[in-house]
Amino acid sequence: MELIGLLNYAVFMAIFIGIYSLLALGLNIQWGFSGLFNAGIAGFFAVGAYSSALLTAPESAVHLGGYQLPVVVGWIGAMVAAGAIAWPIGKVCLRFRSDYLAIATIGVAEIIRLVVKSEGWMTGGARGVNKIPRPFGDLSYLYSQLAYLALVFAIVLVVYWAIERQISAPWGRMMRGIRDNEDAATAMGKDIKARRLEAFIFGAAVMGLGGALFAHFNRSITPEAIDPMIATFLIWIMLILGGSGNNRGALLGVAVVWIIWSASEFVTDQLPTEYAIKAKYMRVFIIGLLLQLVLRFRPEGILPEPQGTAGSPEVKTFQKQESAAK
Amino acid sequence: MPFMEFVNFYLMPGIVLGSIYALGAVGITLVFGILRFAHLAHGDLATLGAFAALGVVTIFGVSPWVALPVAMVVCAFMAIGIDKLFYDYLSERPKIIVVMSSLGIALMLRAVVQVVWGVDTETYTRGIVRPDDYWGIRIRDREIYTIIAMFVIVGVLWAFLQKTKWGKAMRAMSDNPDLALLSGVDNRKITMLTWGIVGVLCAASGFFLGINTELKPLMGWTMLLPMFAAAILGGVGRVEGAVIGGLIVGIAEETSVLFIPGEYKAAMAFAILLLILLVRPTGLLKGKVL
Repeated sequence: MELIGLLNYAVFMAIFIGIYSLLALGLNIQWGFSGLFNAGIAGFFAVGAYSSALLTAPESAVHLGGYQLPVVVGWIGAMVAAGAIAWPIGKVCLRFRSDYLAIATIGVAEIIRLVVKSEGWMTGGARGVNKIPRPFGDLSYLYSQLAYLALVFAIVLVVYWAIERQISAPWGRMMRGIRDNEDAATAMGKDIKARRLEAFIFGAAVMGLGGALFAHFNRSITPEAIDPMIATFLIWIMLILGGSGNNRGALLGVAVVWIIWSASEFVTDQLPTEYAIKAKYMRVFIIGLLLQLVLRFRPEGILPEPQGTAGSPEVKTFQKQESAAK
Repeated sequence: MPFMEFVNFYLMPGIVLGSIYALGAVGITLVFGILRFAHLAHGDLATLGAFAALGVVTIFGVSPWVALPVAMVVCAFMAIGIDKLFYDYLSERPKIIVVMSSLGIALMLRAVVQVVWGVDTETYTRGIVRPDDYWGIRIRDREIYTIIAMFVIVGVLWAFLQKTKWGKAMRAMSDNPDLALLSGVDNRKITMLTWGIVGVLCAASGFFLGINTELKPLMGWTMLLPMFAAAILGGVGRVEGAVIGGLIVGIAEETSVLFIPGEYKAAMAFAILLLILLVRPTGLLKGKVL
């Protein structure tokens, strides 16, 4: 019995790690590879979660919808919706330094929270959207969890592979070039605004997908599930600690931070109520402090971004030609 | 709608709220202009200032107006301390790293407030204050003081920046840091001075928001977007611009209820921010664009 409980908990944690991995990978496209500061991750997460929920949920008196579309359509819808929100913001703010984008994305997250809370006809208000279908949801509890875990991991793998491909392609090298030296990239004739907009939308879409996976996992989504600052900030510390600009670093950071975060919650829950509430906020303080320490002492993260072009396809062909010539 | 009703229920509250935003926006514009980064912990520093004043009020039982200078000093030292402990080490790195660090500081400051004062809503004084009637304009004493205090504080700061040696050095840093360094301006002292002034302004905006409404751990964070909108609307680096911007954003938020549902009042600042970035990124008074 104990063992089953432990297994259940491990699977539950792993699913969350998978969902957060998508958010961290999305942020890695924006910050890690392109240097775009998105402080409104929770907003894109929420858009994805609600879009997919409304597209797939059964008819209800309290919110829009009843389309009951297949889950896959919901997920694609989530990505499209999150990307569509990112487009105008990027269009306005990406001409300037990333500080402006940071402020604007804080605003977006705030507006999305307002819309979710006040437009009850669409989102169900405080009650949220319920009875969201879950893939493999009709299996018995443990098998259903395991199947969902496998699904989440498969999606993370596909997204990981897609990003890796895109980043080692000329597009990715150009993005890093723009990030590291904007003037040089402009001088080479690169359209910086357009490229940044692509990266911003691409990242936002991946975050939207993460939101959708969360909504279907919980079978419901309410405004409480979107804590704007904590969620956004956790993703940031995951990426920075793991190593921004390195997808494997991002995944490692997610696992490390999520395990620390959950373990500390486990510890604070053991305290008497009076201290438990204070300890909850101390936890946030410590996460903030952790960011400061990482920024100061190990800014490149646990797994730094690989430098140089060794291993890229062009270099390999070049080396082959060299050795053939010899 | 009768004109007086508009003045009493929309314009006056707008000016009061605008004055509070203006105090914060001036601080933001100083950091943005002189130290060249968007300080995301600004709102939460204001929260700390408001609660520091509350602490003085509850411990010593004095009037909140006596607590304000104490809160200003606390916040000034806090701001200088944060800079020395965290931001200073990142000065050689891209500025955006400091922005990230300030996001973490925002969270840390809020956590401190939540641990020390809890999460309940607090007020400086109990009881309802009825507004007085001045030739048809209904306004509370504390609202008059808020508006006057804003103009006095900003006026003193403006005179300081225009007339004194240190003020001129700050403006020189803002205009051209390399040239300022070359002319013998001590970069580190100016940074410290800037943070001190920013702390004072933060405490003032938090305090006036607290005395006109309530104290909540999230009060500063929700002010962050309007304050940034005000600073950018006025023109980054322009103190007078920040005041104009603050008043415009405040009045726009309060009068927006006439046209859009009240829930979306907070969205006005965001709309203003995007609009100004779209049509005139230098702001009304030709400020900097980073």
